Amino acid sequence: MRIGDFKESYATDEAVFTTSTSRFWLGVLFLILALFPFMVGDYLLYMANITGIAIVAALGLNILTGAAGQISLGHAAFVGIGAYTSAILSNRFGMPFLICLPLAGLASAFFGVLVGAPSMRMKGLYLCITTLAAQVIFEFFFVHWESLTGGIRGLNIAPAKIFGLNIGTEFGFYWVTLTVVIIAATVSRNIFRTRVGRAFIAIRDRDISAELMGINLFRYKLYAFAVSSFLAGIAGCLWVNHLKSITPEHFPLHESIRFLAMIIVGGLGNILGAIYGAIFMTLIPEILQAILKFFEEIFPQAMSFLFPLQTVVFGFLIVVFLVFEPHGLAEMWVRVKSYFRLWPFKH
Amino acid sequence: MAILEVNNVHLSFGGLQVLHDVSFSVNSGEIYAIIGPNGAGKTSILNCLGGFYHQQKGQIDFNGIDISHLTPDRRASLGLARTFQNIALFRGMTVLDNIKLGSHAHLKTGLLDAALYWGRAHREEMELREEIEKDIIDFLEIEHIRKQPVSTLAYGLQKRVELARALAMQPKILLMDEPVAGMNAEETEDMVRFILDIQEERDLTIIIIEHDMRMIMDISDRIMVLNFGQKIAEGNPQEVQQHPEVLKAYLGTDKRGQS
Ligand SMILES: Nc1ncnc2c1ncn2[C@@H]1O[C@H](COP(=O)(O)OP(=O)(O)O)[C@@H](O)[C@H]1O
Ligand SMILES: [Mg+2]
Repeated sequence: MRIGDFKESYATDEAVFTTSTSRFWLGVLFLILALFPFMVGDYLLYMANITGIAIVAALGLNILTGAAGQISLGHAAFVGIGAYTSAILSNRFGMPFLICLPLAGLASAFFGVLVGAPSMRMKGLYLCITTLAAQVIFEFFFVHWESLTGGIRGLNIAPAKIFGLNIGTEFGFYWVTLTVVIIAATVSRNIFRTRVGRAFIAIRDRDISAELMGINLFRYKLYAFAVSSFLAGIAGCLWVNHLKSITPEHFPLHESIRFLAMIIVGGLGNILGAIYGAIFMTLIPEILQAILKFFEEIFPQAMSFLFPLQTVVFGFLIVVFLVFEPHGLAEMWVRVKSYFRLWPFKH
Repeated sequence: MAILEVNNVHLSFGGLQVLHDVSFSVNSGEIYAIIGPNGAGKTSILNCLGGFYHQQKGQIDFNGIDISHLTPDRRASLGLARTFQNIALFRGMTVLDNIKLGSHAHLKTGLLDAALYWGRAHREEMELREEIEKDIIDFLEIEHIRKQPVSTLAYGLQKRVELARALAMQPKILLMDEPVAGMNAEETEDMVRFILDIQEERDLTIIIIEHDMRMIMDISDRIMVLNFGQKIAEGNPQEVQQHPEVLKAYLGTDKRGQS
């Protein structure tokens, strides 16, 4: 481990992509992501976009719940706040997308901090209930503050532009989503390279000794709420600009639970886990549906029986994961990788 | 000369009187031991010093300033660091990250710096790594485990990592709660060597709780004996060993104190 030059060696040791192999595969990944939109149709681009948006939201929840250990049942509401903020700013004030994006994040972060404030006195289940209350209250406002949110009919917005370039198509929006996902993942990673991220994990692991280490619990819990809902707000802004419409139905409690499921399936507190989890939770239902369609053509009369089965299979898959892979997809991936590294020489 | 002064501290939980009118003062640079049977209130004293328990009466002065009403994190940044009787490491993290956590209060990276990880945040992390490697990891001989999650380490090593984390807090006073309990002879010897080196090289004051009498008599400058929440004796090792109250309450009749 000890290598000649102090400074050089520790800097290398602290780098994120340490080996040339991992840098190579990262390059391959970027190449595939860059070529992807030229090779597929609108449906797959649509899937890529909603997956990307889910990834940004999941990265946010991963910081609050996965790393800092504060369970939130209100994440969808913060995505909603970002979406409404963005829609209102662009409809009423004609603000361009690139201005709406950070403002949507900041609006959500503001409410995130408000909701997080009781965490000074509460933790665990009690705090969880506070976030549930926030979910219900924000949903109530989405529905009933009609003059602002358009009530149950919601809001429609015009296709967004960046410097005059139309990003209203699936193809155009793909580049926006991809860029935001890369930035969000980088920011997440950065946070965990510093004392801020370490403090989050310390609070999750042992809040009492964290405080004895000189960590101001309240401040860092608020930081976690702020970052998490900021990313949720960003995801919300992407969401509304992708769909070009929103209604309160887009941000219900079960959407919050879906975000929780993403980070649990992926592996709590793990950035790659949040990404895998978001992909899994978005794509699997879609794949199940495709399989169902296939069967529908063969046995049209069995549909009434097969249709609910889709939800059951999905739920079953999640349970299987929690039982056999408690550390999530991220951990499984590590094992698969090390298997292939050793594979030719295994026996 | 006194870096820490504890005056007439009373602590009770409901009807249970845990500390009764405890006063003592610790001089800068000394190793001050607190001994006494189980349940005497030794850990509770450390908890009062650290701000985790709040005494009902009495005052605690650190460098002449009353710290009785400060929160634990404030006291930590003033220079109080602690190792625990039951290891309190962050189990999911690596040894290196646990130690880095100790430095928390001395770092400046804010939320925005952290998100960008440019310039200052990056520089600070690199300096921190170098400092920890040089002053702590080398010193405590834990190079070989720096990347391991602490939960995978043997008990004796975990205790050493806890000491490493406390040193990263750059404390003025180090509070150690039973640092060698449960260790074998070799591990104990290592730990004693580290404690003496720390005191000598780092100009640190150490308050130590321990049941290992031979070790305590060897390394302490002064000893306080606690029984049922009351201070029953104080003095250098010879004085304490011969104190009649101590012989009666704690050491039994065994003069050499191998209880
Ligand atoms: N948080 C607490 N609540 C109630 N009783 C406590 C608490 N902490 C310590 N005590 C009691 O105080 C007494 C002294 O405990 P402690 O300071 O841990 O003793 P020692 O470290 O000397 O073995 C014990 O009787 C213990 O049960
Ligand atoms: Mg004790």
